[in-house]
Amino acid sequence: MATERDANLLYVDRLSKAFTIRQGLATTRFIAVNQASFTMRCAAPEILTLAGESGSGKTTLARMILGLIPPTEGHIEFRGQDVGVIKRQNRRAFMRQVQPIFQDPYATFSPLKKIESYLYETVHNYRIAPRAEADRCVDDALQSVGLSLEEIRGRYPNELSGGQVQRVSVARALITNPSLLVADEPVSMLDASLRMSVVNLFKQLKEQKGVSVIYITHDLATAYYAADRIAVMLRGWIVEQGPVEQVLGHPLHPYTQILKASVPEADPDRKWRDRTTLAAMETEEYLRSGCRFAGRCPLATDICKEKEPPEVQAEGRAVRCFLYSQP
Amino acid sequence: MTDAIATVQGLRAYYITNAYGVRRTVKAVDDVSIRIRPNEIFGIAGESGCGKSTLLRVMLGMIEPPLTVLAGTMGYTLDGRNVDVLAMTKAERKWIRWKEVSYIPQGSMHVLNPVRKVHDTFLDFITVHRRAPRSQIDAIIRDYLRELGLPLQVLDSYPHQLSGGMKQRVTIALATILYPKIIFADEPTTALDVVVQRGVIQLLKDIQEREKNTLVVVTHDMGVHANLCDRVAVLYAGQVIEEANTEAIFKDARHPYTQYLIQSLPKMDDKSERVSIPGRPPALDNPPTGCRFHPRCPQAMSICREAMPSLHTVSPDHRVACYLAPGKDND
Repeated sequence: MATERDANLLYVDRLSKAFTIRQGLATTRFIAVNQASFTMRCAAPEILTLAGESGSGKTTLARMILGLIPPTEGHIEFRGQDVGVIKRQNRRAFMRQVQPIFQDPYATFSPLKKIESYLYETVHNYRIAPRAEADRCVDDALQSVGLSLEEIRGRYPNELSGGQVQRVSVARALITNPSLLVADEPVSMLDASLRMSVVNLFKQLKEQKGVSVIYITHDLATAYYAADRIAVMLRGWIVEQGPVEQVLGHPLHPYTQILKASVPEADPDRKWRDRTTLAAMETEEYLRSGCRFAGRCPLATDICKEKEPPEVQAEGRAVRCFLYSQP
Repeated sequence: MTDAIATVQGLRAYYITNAYGVRRTVKAVDDVSIRIRPNEIFGIAGESGCGKSTLLRVMLGMIEPPLTVLAGTMGYTLDGRNVDVLAMTKAERKWIRWKEVSYIPQGSMHVLNPVRKVHDTFLDFITVHRRAPRSQIDAIIRDYLRELGLPLQVLDSYPHQLSGGMKQRVTIALATILYPKIIFADEPTTALDVVVQRGVIQLLKDIQEREKNTLVVVTHDMGVHANLCDRVAVLYAGQVIEEANTEAIFKDARHPYTQYLIQSLPKMDDKSERVSIPGRPPALDNPPTGCRFHPRCPQAMSICREAMPSLHTVSPDHRVACYLAPGKDND
């Protein structure tokens, strides 16, 4: 059992996070992530996409994986070690292995500091290389994202394009030679034409360096293009999880179907013909019992409004919907 | 010239700054001519920093230093009346603003007054333009929101209580409640989720279909253009490099930049390798000579480095500025 656990790069087991909102005397428990489970294996590096609307708990899940906030229930193991109890001295080793990439490249870096200083700081903080070799170390990381130290030396973030700054932030994450990157909406601030350069970079890192990536996005088109597996989140629940070709090629959960149909295709022959309805008030969906999607689901029945659907295996993926559970 | 609601002719709008003796000229809009027809959805596409928003500022008459218009004209034809945006009187400006020409600003989820309820914002908005008793105005607001399918609870909410998509829809409702003839939307769906984005696009389309007004959509997202627009103009480094109806832009793009822009997009049923456009957009204070795309163009010839190709007609309603697409000059 222990050996099998060691073979897992990341093992997330029924992870939940509840936030308590106090308004006067009333308290509301607000469950941001609800019993999320998935496994990533050491032997097979992959790109796992967490997809879903804003407020579906994607970022909260990522922050728990990074060890930034403690989970309310469940646990996360990184290479067989519980992330929650990793001790001080091991913390640096853990952070070395698991590196974040954030959404807004211009907010990641201070506009008043030269951009290369972040790279040198990472070398120094994690004691990657002695001072004399720092240049080479920084240059190597930049080369692997298609930049070079010569190009960015002495530059401030505003002198580089959004795609370049985002690639620098990937380079910074690569300095520690991590085995897992947690990228929270890394392309949402970029132009569509620049997105591909960042997404292609992830593919390349996976193939050449064996780095696994958790790619958080609401852009299903790039998710389909880059990812191996996808977990679709809705109001804290992972409602459908499996290989990306199957989940997005043939979505089973009605929510995934709506998500897929909402991607605007750059093809005037495939304009939307039917109409869509939006959630009237979003908070209402979190607090409802039963399936969170029942209020918008075209196929909802009475049971959906009462009970939470169990996770069932169907057509090579896990899906949380009563349509596929045998009575 | 009769069948256009908005006409831009040879427009040059530069940002000219003079700080500590260093004079910098950013050629954000350089010789742009566009004619927008009544009752159409017109899209303006291009990467960030290509002058989309500056063009919009000029069209809306929001010209303040350092933005300076050096040449060209910009005018509206509204109810048979010609309005020159570059020389508007105060009265004309008051007449067209919101009632005739309306604007959905970029990042419009942050434009609502955070300390006033949405209802009060609507009230402020309407009372300036229309004299009517309060109860009548209340009825107008309620009817309009119902028409757009927005829940009436939003009126009693503060902006922070609404989600991003709802704020965006409230802003669209505000911008269109006076039934303007022409609406400009600057990146109306950027920063929204796919499902909400689709709802917002549907809302814009519904309003346009019902009121038969003109909608100008500025966005870098080609998927939005394909779904929403009748005609699309592609901007690169401050110049229109291709303009055609949506069908032609997506199926028969003639300019290498437009082809790149469309091919670089991932598709939902296709995992084949896609590359982003090599290089980066030029800095507009020192654009390359000749065709501004030539440093990134795989098919650049020697003439491309020397002279900018003119925007010429290659087939009816399809204009391209590229030496590879021969056609006749229409100027």
